[in-house]
Amino acid sequence: MIVGERKPLDEILEMVKDAKKILIVGCKGCVTVCNAGGTKEVGILAATLRLARLKEDNPIEIDEMTLERQCDPEYIEILEERAANYDIILSMACSIGPQYISEKFPEAIVYPALNTCFMGGAQEHGVWAEFCQACGDCKIHLFGGYCPIARCSKSLLNGPCGGSADGKCEVDKEIDCVWHLIVNKLMKQGKLDQLTQVKPLKNWTTSRDGGPRKIVREDLKI
Amino acid sequence: MRLQYSPNVKIIMVPCTGRVDILHLLKAFEDGADGVYVAGCMEGDCHYLTGNLKARRRVEYVQKVLESMGVEPERVAMYNMSAADGPRFVQVAEEFKSKIQELGPSPFIKPKDQAA
Repeated sequence: MIVGERKPLDEILEMVKDAKKILIVGCKGCVTVCNAGGTKEVGILAATLRLARLKEDNPIEIDEMTLERQCDPEYIEILEERAANYDIILSMACSIGPQYISEKFPEAIVYPALNTCFMGGAQEHGVWAEFCQACGDCKIHLFGGYCPIARCSKSLLNGPCGGSADGKCEVDKEIDCVWHLIVNKLMKQGKLDQLTQVKPLKNWTTSRDGGPRKIVREDLKI
Repeated sequence: MRLQYSPNVKIIMVPCTGRVDILHLLKAFEDGADGVYVAGCMEGDCHYLTGNLKARRRVEYVQKVLESMGVEPERVAMYNMSAADGPRFVQVAEEFKSKIQELGPSPFIKPKDQAA
């Protein structure tokens, strides 16, 4: 999923400082799962903003809603009748949400309430980690099921580097050295020789090197 | 025991403090409370194992929210006590009431609202 994190309160307060009536829009997709921008987080942000503005004796009216997804045009359309009623629309989706809303409603002022952080998964309740960088040419099968691009601090395809110690990365002792994991796993599987094979260069044009990416599926078009 | 405690402590009952959510605590402030405390069972004694520990973490979250608004984080607190210890309940009620009285009225409610 796409993992996000709510922006600091100060930053959001600054965004809405001149607004009297705003709409906070959550998303029932990834950001609900990572507890950053679902219905509950919309409620918490709305209550927090209302309180902060009450304290300044400058109350703000806030409406709340959560869309099925903010990365599909059909779910954005539901805002059609409401978008014009607000000084500001605060999107609690990943950065795709506010972009879709502001494109659909050019008159609306749309701000992101989240920082979109990475593509990852939950490691335990309340802990998420990065697992993918969307390079567009997946090679994890060559590395024991681990992604060295996303999970090695240097994205090395021929690690480990000299900074690996006791299975941890020199960048931060909290980060597992993914190359330590890769070598251990392949050793257990008796497939360490897989790492000595000469492979063709990785095609990075499928990554950001080729500019913004797009997938077109003719079979799905209506 | 018929112990007396301050009448301005309003009790909202929940089946377990694990039910208490961040939104409930914020809502109490929105509705005009000067302070909110959560009275849970003793740590380690939760019938649902970790309800009171989760409540504590939520209280700590709201303390940070208040702090980020420039409001005293002490306006929200977590206390642990046994259901069989009435005097302790009264002691905590009085202690929290005094603390809030020292801090003064809610910064979210302006004097004109309070007069209304």
